[in-house]
Amino acid sequence: MTDIVAATALTRRFDPHLSIGDRIAAAFGARVETRAVHAVTDVSFTIRSNETLGLVGESGCGKSTLGRLVAGILGPTSGSIAIDGAPVMRRGRKTTTRIQTVFQDPFASLNPRRRIDATISEGPIAHGLVTRAAAPAFVADWLARVGLDPAVATRFPHQFSGGQRQRVAIARALAMKPDILVCDEPVASLDVSIQAQVLNLFLDLRAALGLTCLFISHDLSVVRHVSDRVAIMYLGRIVEIGPAALVYAAPRHPYTQGLLDSVPKLRLDADAVGFRPIAGELPSPLSPPSGCAFHPRCPRATDLCRRERPELAAHGATDVACHYA
Amino acid sequence: MKAFWREYAENRVALLALAVVLLIVGAALSAPIFAPQDPYDLASLDLMDARRPPGFVGSGGYTHLLGTDAQGRDLFSAILYGLRISLQMGLAAGTVSLAVGALLGILAAQAGGWVETAIMRVVDLQLSFPAILLALVLVAVLGQGKTQLVIALVAAQYAYFARTAYGAASAERRKDYVEAAAATPLSTLHIVFRHILPNVLPPLIVVATVQVANAISLEATLSFLGLGLPPTEPSLGMLIANGFQYMMSGRTWISVYPGIALIVLVVAINLVGDQLRDQTNPRLRR
Amino acid sequence: MTLLDVTDLRTHFFTRAGVARAVDGVSFSLAPGEILGLVGESGSGKSVTGFSLIGLVDPPGRIAGGSIRFDGQELVGMAPDRLRALRGRRIAMVFQDPQATLNPVLTIGTQMALALQAHGRVTDRAAADRATAMLTRVGIPEAATRLNNYPHEFSGGMRQRVAIAMALLNGPDLIVADEPTTALDVSIQAQILAEMKALARDSGTALIWISHDLATVSSLADRVLVMYAGRIVESGPVGAVLRAPLHPYTRGLLDSLPAMAQPGQRLAQIPGSAPSLLALPQGCPFAPRCAHADAACTAPPPRVERADRHALCHHPLAP
Repeated sequence: MTDIVAATALTRRFDPHLSIGDRIAAAFGARVETRAVHAVTDVSFTIRSNETLGLVGESGCGKSTLGRLVAGILGPTSGSIAIDGAPVMRRGRKTTTRIQTVFQDPFASLNPRRRIDATISEGPIAHGLVTRAAAPAFVADWLARVGLDPAVATRFPHQFSGGQRQRVAIARALAMKPDILVCDEPVASLDVSIQAQVLNLFLDLRAALGLTCLFISHDLSVVRHVSDRVAIMYLGRIVEIGPAALVYAAPRHPYTQGLLDSVPKLRLDADAVGFRPIAGELPSPLSPPSGCAFHPRCPRATDLCRRERPELAAHGATDVACHYA
Repeated sequence: MKAFWREYAENRVALLALAVVLLIVGAALSAPIFAPQDPYDLASLDLMDARRPPGFVGSGGYTHLLGTDAQGRDLFSAILYGLRISLQMGLAAGTVSLAVGALLGILAAQAGGWVETAIMRVVDLQLSFPAILLALVLVAVLGQGKTQLVIALVAAQYAYFARTAYGAASAERRKDYVEAAAATPLSTLHIVFRHILPNVLPPLIVVATVQVANAISLEATLSFLGLGLPPTEPSLGMLIANGFQYMMSGRTWISVYPGIALIVLVVAINLVGDQLRDQTNPRLRR
Repeated sequence: MTLLDVTDLRTHFFTRAGVARAVDGVSFSLAPGEILGLVGESGSGKSVTGFSLIGLVDPPGRIAGGSIRFDGQELVGMAPDRLRALRGRRIAMVFQDPQATLNPVLTIGTQMALALQAHGRVTDRAAADRATAMLTRVGIPEAATRLNNYPHEFSGGMRQRVAIAMALLNGPDLIVADEPTTALDVSIQAQILAEMKALARDSGTALIWISHDLATVSSLADRVLVMYAGRIVESGPVGAVLRAPLHPYTRGLLDSLPAMAQPGQRLAQIPGSAPSLLALPQGCPFAPRCAHADAACTAPPPRVERADRHALCHHPLAP
């Protein structure tokens, strides 16, 4: 297996947009937010061909931003993202169709005023993957492959349920014949029974098309189910990355352990403890704590953790950023 | 579409207003058929018929339903033809303002940076002082004529469209479906014309209905002040102005009937626009 | 002893397209201090059931029948002002979005004082003390100083805690919580679950926890009600129901969870999607999606009783 996606020292900062008025107010000491948000800081990883990398973290940890960097929707502030050595973006514009995206909210990710046949075929037509004349058959084929009746091609998004829309969104992404698929919380907004249907569709198509995937989710059990390897993010950095089975069975970073313990489990016998929370709040990405960002919530934190940020280092098959891994 | 119409029809006032607008537009379009007289044909005017009250049977052999004006023009005919001009000016100004405003607004939202700042500062500046003032100055500089008038009206009104288009486009641009198109990737032009524009258009059309009414009253104001169209093609504003000097002498009909026509038209269009705005405003939706 | 007794509750929405029976014959009861999980997918009627209990069903919906007896008083048809008094003091609600209950222009100290003073003569001083105590209890650090903060100055998780503190303020006998942790992160959700559990145990407050998440409900609730198309299709003690569901829908929901399958393997999915409430199939509403359905299922399903459990099914899974 060879690496197909390589992210090198990816960093993305969001500077606040300050109007002239804001700047003047800030100069006079008003409480105007002038600090930048470090959404993603110095993240490096690779994804091997035909592998699914799961990306887990809580809101504000930067997982969505990282997904958008990888998908070429956002440009990095520094660092690079490349497919087979070729950069995904050049001068602020995406240069490849090899990587496509499925978004979280199928209500927002489909243009409400376009028929779904146009939504599915516009990318392939624009990039010469299919002629305008062959488009109807092409759309029908893709609709069938995602489990929809080809007769629905002429409908608008509002005529579909959430699960069906997500199927359309998957068809749109795959119709571009990508090698790599970025899935940003693709089942988070779906009901349990519909979530299972869409996950099954994803598993089938991934196998049939030999896709490489970056699968982003806050749902640990969904990520465990679809991923070969997982990366855990906290406050803009990867704190642990390794084979999914290993990370779930023997988490090395205290945050990974806490996160896994926090998830309520199905309690099939009466006395089992369902979950164990991590103490404390998620810190603001505007002012990350010194040293290890997790130290204010970590039961094992020491002075060293407050002073010095641990680098990601190999511990067996997993890489962990903890002084006491 | 059907549901939209059903919801519209629920508001009786708006339904009536729409009927009035359609009636006026129909009457104006078919003016040459209905009007007993061509008010632009100076040969058909008879000064003997000047300033006659409504119901007078003139030298033409027909009844002047709404009386005649100082030149002996049949007022009913003059109003029908005046409505034609008013509507023409209003629609032309509204459409061109929509196009110009949409273009600038979307450009500002899409380009960002200094382009955005430059366009939107000018727009804000213009919105902060009265449209009539700008139109007056422009007409005074450009001179009289339909084209000049439309230019003046557009200059006075495009800012409303630009503001609306900018707001709507900025909101649409951040939505996932635009990101999805950008991530495909599709060209910026494709995204603007196929994705952003169709979603920005509905609020703009709502603004357009109201702005057509505004353009009509603005045009009437300019014509009333003698700065609008040449007197050979009297619009409603000029008809009102012409009759104004006779108000005191009891010959009120010369001003009043064109005035009523103008008010009914403007109010009706505004009511239609209000209903459209309420219906397309997601915040008022249950 | 029961605190709440709901019998044959029917809440219908009278829309232009027809009558949607969002809640159609729901019965259950609740003891003081008991935690009841109400589970279902979107459109199952679980939230409408919750709103019906506190008398907050908006038109075109209304309670079309049945009875809700709370501590001996009938709530269906009760005068609005009496219901409102009851709602502030003895029954409280926590929503998915805490903004729904918090006023953005008042500090939370002011809001909590107002909530206390609405139901009795309380001095400002005493109100502030009670509010501080309550915020501390739901896990908000430095509660006394945070009374002066506005809702937007709290993070999402903290805001939900404030909403819960508000709900607890008058020492209610019943809290109805509608997806209160769905919008929160797992680590924050776990904290709130732990606190809710402790509160119910310590203060004897009964809790109805409405959620789509079986795992959350299983780790919190004593009993669970599973709703589908406006009806309770299965009820019973959480452990028993999840170990051996009687209703094929409950079984299907469980098997849909990735946690129940081997990683990478296809999940056991329920085919199709939930029926429209305006066009429910005849007989059992789940029949079109059910692997066990046969000709019998076109008749309304019978009520199957097993010890302290029940299900609405022609072909219950456990013998």
